[in-house]
Amino acid sequence: MNLPSGPSPTEPWSEAVKPGLAAAWPICLGYIPIGVALGVLAQKAGLRPFDAGVMSLLVFAGSAQFIGISMLSAGAGPLSVIMTTFVVNLRHVLMSAALAVHLQGRSKGFLALYAYGVTDESFALNMARFRAEGWNWRRALVVNTASNLAWISATIVGCHAGELIPAGAFGIDYALTAMFICLLVLQMRTRLHILAAAVAGTLAVVLSLLMEGNLYVVIASLAAATICLPRGGGKKITPGERSGA
Amino acid sequence: MMDEGLILLTFAGMGVVTYLPRWLPLRLLAEKRLPAWVESWLDLIPASILSALLLPSLVTGGHPRGLDLTRPELIVAIPTLLFALKTKSLGGTVLFGMALFWLAGRLAA
Repeated sequence: MNLPSGPSPTEPWSEAVKPGLAAAWPICLGYIPIGVALGVLAQKAGLRPFDAGVMSLLVFAGSAQFIGISMLSAGAGPLSVIMTTFVVNLRHVLMSAALAVHLQGRSKGFLALYAYGVTDESFALNMARFRAEGWNWRRALVVNTASNLAWISATIVGCHAGELIPAGAFGIDYALTAMFICLLVLQMRTRLHILAAAVAGTLAVVLSLLMEGNLYVVIASLAAATICLPRGGGKKITPGERSGA
Repeated sequence: MMDEGLILLTFAGMGVVTYLPRWLPLRLLAEKRLPAWVESWLDLIPASILSALLLPSLVTGGHPRGLDLTRPELIVAIPTLLFALKTKSLGGTVLFGMALFWLAGRLAA
């Protein structure tokens, strides 16, 4: 493995693993029931556990995988499945753009590796952690990787033994919802953030009732952030003026 | 279902179109210092996205999607939100929400 090491004063990888894992457990827990359900669906659609595991390794995007398997078993062609996946996952453009602020100056190799693990959940968790003290890019990558491993394992387990696992055990289906509720609370740092969340949430609900698919997430978030951006401080800074900023 | 090779090829294609939107903004934006207004705009994105992901999942359901304010997901969300506001603890909120959701399922059964 040739892991990139930037000119960062942060701890070595060996010391990033433990805090990374300690932060990642809600995601891993939440991925178990969803990954198992995906495995069950894959198995019913006639996929071998190997194929389902490869899918979770290559795609690593929950909702797109559910949609993809459903489409394939309904006889859809590869191209329409791939195009649908693209649209469903476009929202990650916004997440990666927001993450980039915290990954300034990292090596190309690291960014390429990190990008693979940007999911709704790892994005939300790492953004909250970057805000707080004592978080760094190595720990963030540990969170991504742990989530990824939990996702792939849960998919494969679901293929083999999905029927044996009782649905809804211990309220585990609610783990990610509860995590999002708390991460949203942690994002409510100023009135502006509260306003943006209120606008985005309301728009998202209305749009989700009006349109198919999940593009409403992108539209509502773009609109909310743009509407709520303070106009006074919103002067565009050209590269020449940057040093003064 | 089509043959296995074509399925794996489809998965690879899905992987590529999933990866690119995750990678390109990182690759393009992490190199340079962003204008201040872009940073303050991006600063509002996490709260917006979280809310846009969460709220519809609480108040809509069914096929086709419809408004439903009686879902256990929503009812459990209220005490879970209060717990999160009070404690600011991620792990605690996850366990609290799970326990309530489990309880709600038992009461409904």
